Amino acid sequence: MNDALMIGGREFQSRFILGSGKFSLEMTKQVVENAGVEMATLAVRRANVGGEENILDYMPEGVTLLPNTSGARNAQEAVRIARLARELGCGDFVKLEVIHESKYLLPDNYETAKAVEILAKEGFIVMPYMYPDLNAARSMADAGAAAIMPLGSPIGSNKGLLTKDFIKMLVQEIDLPIIVDAGIGRPSQACEAMEMGVDAVMANTAIATARDVARMAKAFKLAIEAGRAAYLAGLGRVLENRAEASSPLTGFLQEGI
Amino acid sequence: MVQAKTDHMKYMEGMEALESPILDQVLQQMDQYDYQRYTANDVQTALKKEVREIEDFAALLSPAAFPYLEEMAHVARQETRRQFGTSVNLFTPLYIANYCENHCVYCGFHCHNKIHRARLTREEIERELKAIAKTGLQEILLLTGESRTMSSVEYIGEAVKMAAQYFTTVGIEIYPLNTDEYAYLHQCGADFVCVYQETYQPKRYEQLHLSGHKRVYPYRFHAQERALRGGMRGVAFGALLGLGDFRKDAFATGVHAYLVQKAYPHAEISFSPPRLRPYINNEKENPNDVHEPQLLQVMLSYRLFLPFAGITISTRERAGFRDHVIGMCATKISAGVKVGVGGHEQEEKGDQQFEISDPRSVEEVHQAIRSQGLQPVYTDYIRV
Repeated sequence: MNDALMIGGREFQSRFILGSGKFSLEMTKQVVENAGVEMATLAVRRANVGGEENILDYMPEGVTLLPNTSGARNAQEAVRIARLARELGCGDFVKLEVIHESKYLLPDNYETAKAVEILAKEGFIVMPYMYPDLNAARSMADAGAAAIMPLGSPIGSNKGLLTKDFIKMLVQEIDLPIIVDAGIGRPSQACEAMEMGVDAVMANTAIATARDVARMAKAFKLAIEAGRAAYLAGLGRVLENRAEASSPLTGFLQEGI
Repeated sequence: MVQAKTDHMKYMEGMEALESPILDQVLQQMDQYDYQRYTANDVQTALKKEVREIEDFAALLSPAAFPYLEEMAHVARQETRRQFGTSVNLFTPLYIANYCENHCVYCGFHCHNKIHRARLTREEIERELKAIAKTGLQEILLLTGESRTMSSVEYIGEAVKMAAQYFTTVGIEIYPLNTDEYAYLHQCGADFVCVYQETYQPKRYEQLHLSGHKRVYPYRFHAQERALRGGMRGVAFGALLGLGDFRKDAFATGVHAYLVQKAYPHAEISFSPPRLRPYINNEKENPNDVHEPQLLQVMLSYRLFLPFAGITISTRERAGFRDHVIGMCATKISAGVKVGVGGHEQEEKGDQQFEISDPRSVEEVHQAIRSQGLQPVYTDYIRV
């Protein structure tokens, strides 16, 4: 069975998107291989084209680049960074990030939706990072987003799916790939996200802060695959903790009356 | 020299008076800070917390936390890794002038010191910038002494414009400006501003800054806010530790940064922890003395209090110290540093402000970062 993930008309076999920027560049190749990822983010502001320690020099061939607009504080800045990414040869994919708050780094859904509209019209494949709000996700979908990337919990927090119920709403209501983007701290959380029908998971800090970065990349790959398989298999009903009432509640009903 | 001393809390002519409650809040917090009252229990509680508040910061800076440096270092390293990964940003300062109109008793550049003064010409600045750019660096910090006449805002603006041609990130460490002047330098290409309060204790400040515009405490204090209102992206805070009671100064620095970030949530916040070196062979313990362990306690406290803030470590400290604090709490390190005027491409034109303890080149610092499994970062900013 072909269970490919489709984003912007492109087909991906892997449902794991790798965030970069928190582990050392020379590990990139090994992490990409262990994680089996086909798509990896890179911060345009970190691209030092022609200079020292340029992330683009470390990314293995065949990996689809997902340049992000980190550093953008409003829609206009995000649009300019996305255009710059295209000029640098990073392709048409863009992970849209608009943040103007340095403490929690929470995305600004309103500015993000505005930028989606502009970039989608310019032919970008726009993947907005957002706070899981159904109305905002609808606006972004209407504006031409190619996927929706809600946060599980604050970026870098490794706290997992704090926004689980709201992400479920996106899974049910939005006809675009839903990719949990931030806060996934351990493989079991990635697995849980996939079980509930999320289309893909992105992670960075959880891998970068592991004692063995390369091995943790592999662990995430397996967890995401397991979660996807469980989702496709259909989870069985989970019994409530207390016993079912033994005498029927509807036994008093008489036929024919 | 007989000179009537001016009131250090009153603005001079031409200085913009900013309406902001932050100064009073910081002074009040600092006055109330009695670091002797904290206990080991307060420190342990602070270390265990996920989000630390001002009280936790106060405990971490207290003498009670001193025996906990190792634990603090471990927690700080986790926080640093979580926020910044393995990244360590590289930059270098460029002194373009050392004329100064202030009399600050502790500073080698002060206006009554007969030092070799200089100001780089346009051509000299260009040559220096080119030489620095050749090392691969993408971030530069332009510095001047504090003289509006000898290094005017226009002069600095021209230097910023040139620097923006060669570097992705331009910061300035110059005398405090009015909001419109910060806006002008921002327009020229500068995005980050460092202003150090030196000491947050007004009485001590008054004793140390005898004359010149720098004598005006509140004008200096509000510089970060004016810079942000002028459009700058990030501001750095610092006290020159050792000028006064370093615990109070470090505490005030942290609270100042905390309140500014709260009022300007988009601002990128960072700290620099310069210190006065203790006198060698000073047997009697001086309460102002900041040795390496005290300095580290301050840096770790900043990291634990504001995990998202950058911390820059300068070449005032020795290589061995710098190499160990990156990745643990510091996130930015200078390399290939000259603290005279110019000196990257040609002979230094003016005398140095202080002696550096880590003369390593960019390449050497790069290797030192990598040898620890950390990632040297040359550019982390796009001007859009």
